[in-house]
Amino acid sequence: MTSLVVVSAGLSTPSSTRLLADSLAAATAEALEEVAVTVVELRDLAHQLTDHLLTGFPGPELSRAVDAVRRADGLVAVTPVFSASYSGLFKTFFDVLEPGLLDGKPVLVGATAGTARHSLVLDHALRPLFSYLHAVVVPTGVFAATDDFGDEGLDRRVARAAGELAALMGKVSGVDAAGPARRTVEDEFAHPTPFDELLRRASGS
Amino acid sequence: MQIGIFTVGDVTTDPTSGRTPTEQERIRATVEIAKKAEEVGLDVFATGEHHNPPFISSAPTTTLAWIGAQTERILLSTATTLITTTDPVLIAENYAKLQHLSGGRVDLMMGRGNTGPVYPWFGKDIRQGINLAIENYALLHRLWREDVVSWQGRFRTPLQGYTSTPRPLDGVPPFVWHGSIRSPEIAEQAAFYGDGFFHNHIFWPASHTEQMVRLYRQRWEHHGHGPADTAIVGLGGQFFMRKNSQDAWNEFRPYFDNAPVYGHGPSLEDFTEATPLTVGSPQQVLERTLGFRDYVGDYQRQLFLIDHAGLPLKTVLEQLDLLGEILPELRKGFAEGRPAHVPDAPTHASMVAAAGGAKDSTVYAAADAATGHRAEDAAQPQHEEVRA
Repeated sequence: MTSLVVVSAGLSTPSSTRLLADSLAAATAEALEEVAVTVVELRDLAHQLTDHLLTGFPGPELSRAVDAVRRADGLVAVTPVFSASYSGLFKTFFDVLEPGLLDGKPVLVGATAGTARHSLVLDHALRPLFSYLHAVVVPTGVFAATDDFGDEGLDRRVARAAGELAALMGKVSGVDAAGPARRTVEDEFAHPTPFDELLRRASGS
Repeated sequence: MQIGIFTVGDVTTDPTSGRTPTEQERIRATVEIAKKAEEVGLDVFATGEHHNPPFISSAPTTTLAWIGAQTERILLSTATTLITTTDPVLIAENYAKLQHLSGGRVDLMMGRGNTGPVYPWFGKDIRQGINLAIENYALLHRLWREDVVSWQGRFRTPLQGYTSTPRPLDGVPPFVWHGSIRSPEIAEQAAFYGDGFFHNHIFWPASHTEQMVRLYRQRWEHHGHGPADTAIVGLGGQFFMRKNSQDAWNEFRPYFDNAPVYGHGPSLEDFTEATPLTVGSPQQVLERTLGFRDYVGDYQRQLFLIDHAGLPLKTVLEQLDLLGEILPELRKGFAEGRPAHVPDAPTHASMVAAAGGAKDSTVYAAADAATGHRAEDAAQPQHEEVRA
């Protein structure tokens, strides 16, 4: 079954960030026939994220969240705007992912803030982050200021963005189409590079 | 089963007193700890290698030789020797010399280190970490097994008819372990050569240790050294014990909370659950340690880190006394249910026996005959240049 993971970095309960994340997830699920949705609420992982920065390994819940992202066919990532960018908690989650984990993965980005003056955060902060991580960010990102939640325009944008994400999920991934994926540590464990190949590489030939 | 300790050699402030030892105190303490390790019956003392403050563990063979001179029985080892940034020609000389001086009481563990800046200090490129480990060790392996080596590689100047001296004691090179936390390539390297594999174990969850050891064992079998359960595995470990478990927790907590590596992060409770760190009574340390076999299989070497995070020498020596008290039970526990075909870690004696006895491996040569060059010839053109 297709798998969708929703990463939400809202801090309050209830949170408008989570509200936007849920509506993006629901609209994506509606556009797909069968989909399993997993929500990763970063607030609950805040301690383990900091621990991971210091110890270099994830606690059990964080480890499960990272695995869910690894296996996901698509990602919805929503952050509140803090000081003109994504929140530190949001960034920390993507900082601890091992290299290559998001390669070619379709991502829908969303952000919330008190006023519409922050709406370019999607293009100034979130898109560059996910471009660096080699994810495929869908063309429509969804920004919601507080007063957008009462506005019918938000639903329209949510539906369009969700449609774009649904269209990318389940298709052949960009990485598969572009050639062999970069090897992760997990790949190396599953199919270790034979020693003669390691020797050949060391010699630079 | 070999049981011992390994040290990083950190100079760390004792958070309970605010006192930081001097280099001299820490270096002397390291020697005291090693001597005490022998006294309580441990099998191995291994030192790390760092080349920057706050560590005192540079020049490891100097430390090991000094300890070797004051001990009788304990095996001198490393955890780890930087195969990436240390010239393999130098490693070959230093550890062969240590073999001769200590009567074969030496083995060593190759590692890549975890300090990025160390690479440029020794003229190396950190981006080549794995490649350096592969090429340098391939050369070291030959230097100890071939009397005359001609070699060309990518990371150091070529060798022409080179003989590393002294030749390994009794014609048998020291046994080598390869240590790595999360690089499958190193498990593959250890398996290829039929060398030992050591997992640091202490900063990582058991699942990572299990994954690396499993890969090493599979590849050991793949490369034809025997069944997977005959591979030579070592593990790190970490404990703090007192007769009364609650005393151990109270005393160790400030050291843990301020430790250089993981301090100010997870709670002591979380960390003891996620990693092999055991804080408690000797009985609890005994039981937890014997449980490591459940996920790596029967193994050959268990080393504990006990002298870090600013713990004073007196406390460390007390920890060794307590370890000595449970040592017989530990050995008995490790022997229980261990299949007869699971080997012990190779020692100098066992390797000499396997080679059919000791043989002198001295390369006898007249002055200059080994290289074919005379120092006078090389010096001549320089005089010409000075005159011009």
